[in-house]
Amino acid sequence: MEMKYWLRAILAVAIVAGAIGAMASGGGEAKEGGTVSADDDDDSDRTGERGRRAALGDANPQWRTECGSCHVAYPPRMLPAASWRLMMAGLDQHFGEDASLDAPTAATITEFLVRESGDAKKEAPASMRITDTRRFRSEHDEVGDDVWTRPQIGSRANCAACHRGAEEGDYSERRIEIPR
Amino acid sequence: MRHLVLCSLLFAATTAAAGEPRSILDGYARQAAIDDPKFSEFSATRGAEFYRQRHAADGGELSCGTCHTNDPIAGGKHHKTHKSIEPLAPAANPERFTDAAKVEKWFRRNCREVLGRECTAAEKGDFITYLISVR
Repeated sequence: MEMKYWLRAILAVAIVAGAIGAMASGGGEAKEGGTVSADDDDDSDRTGERGRRAALGDANPQWRTECGSCHVAYPPRMLPAASWRLMMAGLDQHFGEDASLDAPTAATITEFLVRESGDAKKEAPASMRITDTRRFRSEHDEVGDDVWTRPQIGSRANCAACHRGAEEGDYSERRIEIPR
Repeated sequence: MRHLVLCSLLFAATTAAAGEPRSILDGYARQAAIDDPKFSEFSATRGAEFYRQRHAADGGELSCGTCHTNDPIAGGKHHKTHKSIEPLAPAANPERFTDAAKVEKWFRRNCREVLGRECTAAEKGDFITYLISVR
């Protein structure tokens, strides 16, 4: 009994120290670059939105780190709350991959995703694929199948291949550069 | 006892801001000795074999090199999302194997996915020993 209490105390200290460490080491790095390429879509990049996007990552280093290691940290606004809840409840089988997290980290990230999520009413029933959303399909309707399979792109999940600001949450038209 | 070793690993990782691969290896060596009293030391040769071997899960198609490439000095690419992955060998990427909690998280995920089970402490130690040896 005494032993167990001791173990629990160590674990608690480790968790707190880990959380402090994660907060201290997190944060966003911004990089500029990429040439301009425009098409006929209207550009939704409004004044102030860019600053808000950067703040999203700064305020949520856990989201940026954990959701951004195998793919770009897809912005919460791209899916409704129900989709994020469903996704975060099945991370051990995440599109065929094991993306499991410890429970406290998963809870923190879920809370953030739900709070910053897109409009739930527009997407029902909930799909977990951003590429299934009407928004994604209409924004990419001019992109042909031959483009998606180019070696430097390879997958619709690979936002950063063309969206040079994707790491910072910037998907504006002027940061698009499609690899040949 | 297993929990005790894991806890001390976690504790060591969080108290020291940037650890050394050596301290993570020491943790795995303690666990490996508990798992198998005959354990003596980790082997870079066994680790290299393990790294290249194609494993049973997912139709025997996956190895560590599927995403990390067969040359751990080189950067890899996620096999589904195509996102680039920093090199695994500390010679090319000194941040590798310095954060015990991060190391444990990725062993858990990737071993389940590639081998269909968790890796043993002996396998983890061999793997890291091999990667440290790569120049």
